Amino acid sequence: MNLSREWLSEFTDIRATDKEYCDAMTLSGSKVEGWEVTGEEISAVVVGKVTEIVRHGNSDHMWICTVDVGKNSPITVVTGAQNVRTGDLVPVAQDGSALPGGIKIHTGKLRGVESQGMLCSLKELGLDSHDYPYAIEDGIFIIQEPCKVGDDIRDVLGLGDTVVEFEITNNRPDCLSVIGLARESAATFGTELKLHKPVIKGGAGNISDHLTVEIADPALCPRYTAKMVRNIKIGPSPEWMRRRLRASGVRPINNIVDITNYVMLEYGQPMHAFDYSCVKGRKIIVRRAAESEFLTTLDGKDRAITPDMLVIADEYNPIALAGVMGGLSSEVTDSTNTIVFESANFNGTSIRKTAIALGMRTDASGRYEKGLDPMNTVPAAERACELIEMLGAGEVMDGVIDVVAAEPKQVCLPLEPDRINSLLGTEISRGFMVKVLEKLDFIIDGDMIRVPSFRSDIEHYADIAEEVARFYGYDKIEPTMFSGAAAKGGYSKKQQFERSISAICRGMGYYEVMTYSFGSKTAWDKINLPENSPLRRAFVIQNPLGEDTSVMRTVALPSMLDVLGTNLSKRNMDVKLFELATVYLPTEDSELADEQTILTLGAYGAGTGFYELKGCIEALLGALRIGGLRFEAVSDNRAYHPGRCAAVFSGDVYLGIFGQIHPAVCPDFGLAGEIFAAELSLRDMMRCVGPEPTYVPLPRFPAMTRDIAVVCSRGVTVAALADAMYKAGGEYLESCKPFDVYTGPGIPEGKRSVAFSLTMRAKDQTLTDEHADEIMKSILSNLEKVHGAVIR
Amino acid sequence: MSMKETLQQLRESSLGAITAAENIDALEALRVKYLGKKGELTTILKQMGALSAEDRPIVGQLANEVRETLTYNIEQRRKTLSEKLLEMRLSSETLDITMPGKPVEIGKKHPLNTVLDEAKDIFISMGFTIAEGPEVELSIYNFDKLNTQEGHPARDRQDTFYFTDDDSLLLRTQTSPVQVRVMETQPLPIRIISPGRVYRKDEVDATHSPMFHQIEGLVVDRGITMGDLKGTLNTLVRQLYGENTVTRFRPHHFPFTEPSCEVDVQCFECGGRGCRVCKGEGWIELLGAGMVHPKVLEGCGIDSSVYSGFAFGIGLERMAMRRFNISDLRLIYENDVRFLSQF
Repeated sequence: MNLSREWLSEFTDIRATDKEYCDAMTLSGSKVEGWEVTGEEISAVVVGKVTEIVRHGNSDHMWICTVDVGKNSPITVVTGAQNVRTGDLVPVAQDGSALPGGIKIHTGKLRGVESQGMLCSLKELGLDSHDYPYAIEDGIFIIQEPCKVGDDIRDVLGLGDTVVEFEITNNRPDCLSVIGLARESAATFGTELKLHKPVIKGGAGNISDHLTVEIADPALCPRYTAKMVRNIKIGPSPEWMRRRLRASGVRPINNIVDITNYVMLEYGQPMHAFDYSCVKGRKIIVRRAAESEFLTTLDGKDRAITPDMLVIADEYNPIALAGVMGGLSSEVTDSTNTIVFESANFNGTSIRKTAIALGMRTDASGRYEKGLDPMNTVPAAERACELIEMLGAGEVMDGVIDVVAAEPKQVCLPLEPDRINSLLGTEISRGFMVKVLEKLDFIIDGDMIRVPSFRSDIEHYADIAEEVARFYGYDKIEPTMFSGAAAKGGYSKKQQFERSISAICRGMGYYEVMTYSFGSKTAWDKINLPENSPLRRAFVIQNPLGEDTSVMRTVALPSMLDVLGTNLSKRNMDVKLFELATVYLPTEDSELADEQTILTLGAYGAGTGFYELKGCIEALLGALRIGGLRFEAVSDNRAYHPGRCAAVFSGDVYLGIFGQIHPAVCPDFGLAGEIFAAELSLRDMMRCVGPEPTYVPLPRFPAMTRDIAVVCSRGVTVAALADAMYKAGGEYLESCKPFDVYTGPGIPEGKRSVAFSLTMRAKDQTLTDEHADEIMKSILSNLEKVHGAVIR
Repeated sequence: MSMKETLQQLRESSLGAITAAENIDALEALRVKYLGKKGELTTILKQMGALSAEDRPIVGQLANEVRETLTYNIEQRRKTLSEKLLEMRLSSETLDITMPGKPVEIGKKHPLNTVLDEAKDIFISMGFTIAEGPEVELSIYNFDKLNTQEGHPARDRQDTFYFTDDDSLLLRTQTSPVQVRVMETQPLPIRIISPGRVYRKDEVDATHSPMFHQIEGLVVDRGITMGDLKGTLNTLVRQLYGENTVTRFRPHHFPFTEPSCEVDVQCFECGGRGCRVCKGEGWIELLGAGMVHPKVLEGCGIDSSVYSGFAFGIGLERMAMRRFNISDLRLIYENDVRFLSQF
């Protein structure tokens, strides 16, 4: 809402600088977004009188003007415009002057003749012919306003007004008007609010002889007020009205349209004018649209309207879309003789839904949808008629049609000063509260507050508390710290677990990422998720922004691969990332999602590989005290390389999957080369966290190490060999660690050599060489027996 | 030459030799030469038997003195030589410490989490716990119970993502439904923050994202006042932005609080004079807050004539962007490592 301070001054007299005014209004709840002074950029532009014009000797279209600007001697100005005549009053931008858009004017030579300034067009002054309809667009502005030579153009054109831009919250549609803001301003500054009751002479017959109004749907139209005017004379509205409209950001059109806009801005009540001759059957019916009805709106578009939309109709057809836009057929034109002013109250939700459905939010619909004051329709209609007479734009008929289909409710609330003070933490007197409320046009009747009809936002004592607080001043409320039982704050187990995971991953060189929770069918296809996978059951967004954000993700891998792809495309060479990503799984027993956290890891580049990733996972799980780790090869998850993918278990609990991304999947994510990823379930990891550690006595006897290399079939895994060794080694074999795998010369085809480092120790004595030899012998024999592995 | 003279001579000659020894090996050779089993001193002592009983103790004493002197000097010389040796070794081992260190890469938190964790710690120190709730949420919790009835613009399909035809299930547009769930289930008093993801139907651009994060706070107890709200938020803001941060509370409107306010901080850049950062206003909008609407309390089964409370909400992205001077929201969800490694 843009407010002209000049217009405001008609209702309340505020002596404050622009900054003081704006700061105070912001603090009392009408947030000021900014303000500007009209014509602020214009300086040293004055009214000049052209005393002589001669052709430029060196140009076929330029003129040399001698202009009296009220100084001792006239100045010479060269112009290319063709509409200037001797004796014209024109705006002259003198040497050193400034114009809108940061333009500076200086004395200079034009084809050899010195020009001491510039004659200005409307456009060069930041205006157009809607502001001064008698002026032409592509020529010098020939001034017809009352003024004299040397006057500052800003004074002549009524510039220098301050326009304040307010951000009005949705609950205060009453403040989308000059009067509403004047009321707030008067309460803020303690000034008098001067409201005006429209006075109409009338005498052009009675409206009831010409029109009837029927409301067919009282829920959607609680009130409809109409006034009529005949013998209208379409023409430009006066300069003061055009200027106020312009300051409010509304383009002047003609007197009738300008009056409807002026009243809307002043009263906050949208108005519409119909050409009476187009209201067939002399009847206005406010009803829902019928099936398959059409209406051509003022913007010339054909609209298919539906029965959930409210229309203004004559006896036969819709003539306007209620509260949104008028119809083209009943538009006021130059040939219109009689008009009907509509000033109505409509159901906000209905108007909003209609405007959205048709994709045509207008100034009027934007106001209606917030819920307007039903008591405002009559004063607004009368104000419009008063302006008609003031402008000599027509003859107003007597009488008013005012159909009240639903009586407005009077809201009454008790005045409870103690309760208000205990909510605010203040000691504000009852007297102050009463003063504030009365300033806002609440009526105090003993301990009862009668809420004015334009304040539909007030329905509770807490609302009254806010009214009191904002004029008492939020800044005056003393900051305190709440007391009460000392609570102990902290993280939950899960939150602590997540923090540990994050810290460990970062310690291992992984950077944290955050991705959108959305997924898509395409993403599932890209990771080759089987058609019958339960993960394809998802929460589907009915009104998504696009296909790629159309479901809630059930797998976190595509998000990670997308991020890796982004990084690769930016030529980030070595990348390690992790995310604690939420997935959203439908469940049988709730309409809500099972929202699970998945730890995803993603990496490529130097220092990454299957075993590096496995090492990180082992380190992570170890640090989280998750034991009994087991790895199983996975060859059927088509997101991963069938020979380089593993599932990880803690005992029997499946924790997740990791490995190299399938080379065929990579290109879909803009990836190439060896890409590694892991997906681990936070919930399952948490279930497997072992107990707090207890101290185990350190070994008292020395260990003995032996390295061996055995040759076996390639299909025998290292884990299987180790298993056979542990079985045979019994309590003495503390560990056996593989340190080399070899195939090549010296090893038969289909076989490989695996070298292990074995550590043996006895609990109760130092092992002797003989004893160690015995243990090794039984280990080797078991290796041969179980796996056919022989020492190399 | 008497034995006594021989011993004195040995002492003088050997001391000279020891001082002249240039390395540990030469010194060791001298030790063997003089003090070894077949050394000169031993040889001399073997002849003691030939001495008179009178001379024997005197010569014996002298011989011991010579032995001690030699032993002491050899030790001293050994120390000197070892120190020299060590010095030489150290000098030969000197490194160019201006060479770069071997890289050890440690990852970093996402900037949003850096800011979030900081805020969490501030609230935890004030006795808050951290509540969580569903993102796929019922409309009842996201709207109805927050005093946002059917027909309110926020419920429009152009603003909110829905899962069902009847608009009963949606992606939460705020973290406030967590407040309702907590008020319905947890015993009073309540002191929580609920950080999390929220969703609104905005196309992605430099300042908009269909998904973003909020941190909401809720305190409900007997006798909670608007003064308490101001005190709590002032504490938060000062811990986040420094002790001297100036705040401004101004009236605003939210459906589920009344009275409501917005909290601005004086522009860090210009100190309130007005600049490009604060768009000339001198203030930067930081968060929204208010006293929990009595209707909301009652809807959760809390007697609003006994209990009152306040709630507040902060946009995490905006906080992080301001904190790290990030100009484009898209950077936050793009996850370019060159970006992530800066924080």
